[in-house]
Amino acid sequence: MAQFRLPENSRISGGKHHPAKSGGNIRRFKIYRWEPDSGKNPSTDTFDVDLDSCGPMVLDALIKIKNEVDPTLTFRRSCREGICGSCAMNIDGSNTLACTKAIADVKGEVKIYPLPHMPVVKDLVPDLTHFYAQHASIRPWIRTQSAPPPDSERLQSKEERAKLDGLYECILCACCSTSCPSYWWNGERYLGPAILLQAYRWIIDSRDEATGERLDELEDPFKLYRCHTIMNCTKTCPKGLNPALAIAEIKKLMVARRGL
Amino acid sequence: MSLQTPIARARGLGSAKSGSEHWIVQRITAVLLLPLTLWFIYFACMLVGADYAAIRAAVGQPWNAALLATFLIIVLYHAQLGLQVVIEDYLHVRWLEITALVAVKFIAFFGSVVVLLALARVALGA
Repeated sequence: MAQFRLPENSRISGGKHHPAKSGGNIRRFKIYRWEPDSGKNPSTDTFDVDLDSCGPMVLDALIKIKNEVDPTLTFRRSCREGICGSCAMNIDGSNTLACTKAIADVKGEVKIYPLPHMPVVKDLVPDLTHFYAQHASIRPWIRTQSAPPPDSERLQSKEERAKLDGLYECILCACCSTSCPSYWWNGERYLGPAILLQAYRWIIDSRDEATGERLDELEDPFKLYRCHTIMNCTKTCPKGLNPALAIAEIKKLMVARRGL
Repeated sequence: MSLQTPIARARGLGSAKSGSEHWIVQRITAVLLLPLTLWFIYFACMLVGADYAAIRAAVGQPWNAALLATFLIIVLYHAQLGLQVVIEDYLHVRWLEITALVAVKFIAFFGSVVVLLALARVALGA
């Protein structure tokens, strides 16, 4: 039946406080911690960070904490410029990339949690196995029947290429899918905004010849139609994309290919 | 414990090959209900303060009876479609989900029968 509280072993309790050693420009960071081997419940640790000796982004503060205060703090990061999607996490109540979120844009304490409603591997690292498997399940590569032209690439007109704008920029950071309540409640079967945007990216690609099969695979009350236009995906996307619009376009194509 | 691959889990039982029908009908009924609801509010307001005989006579008028039946049956059908989505979203105990779905659909069907019989009695004077 309905579950109104977190499961017993997911409830968050207290945590350590690490005061700053120096400086006057202090900012407080509250960070979710969970150590799988400890057998303990998760906690939120408090770190006071001197911003005068710290870079401007939340990721800079995380790296500073890991380097100078607590080397066990665990998080993913790589490119530090918003193109790899590794450092997606919940900052100040919304999912975003730690590397492109300025500390100055957060008022008061900076609260940092892993992406919501995903299994946690450790601290800020969520288990995205199912998310990636769902991406693979839509077979995100070109599918064709015709042989490629012997002497050139498969060509697109400028207009055809323009249809991929706003789609190809997706970095699969999972911010949108993990902000979607429908994905929280039915993520096992619902593909979620990120994967549906990727699906649309191939549906609308003029070079792809499997559009009908792609739509067939999405013709499902759970895979596609759990989207109720909540729009959290579009609101949270750190790349400024519009997954909700891509899903609406898929739904329009579902109507277009059938009689009413 | 499961040694199933993640991709097998993600692909699951595959596409149900349905879903768009439900989506379209939900939207069509919603659009139809816009004018019908306005008509119903107008109709109900005109009868404020009227006595039983006057209301019975107004409901029994052929056009009024037809519009009222159409309005109420589309309301029940649309409600049933919407509640189905809510139940599928939130009820994750399979037997409860199926029981709730059948109950909602049965109540909507039964309500439609009641509407038709009641209006037939009033309109045809049985």
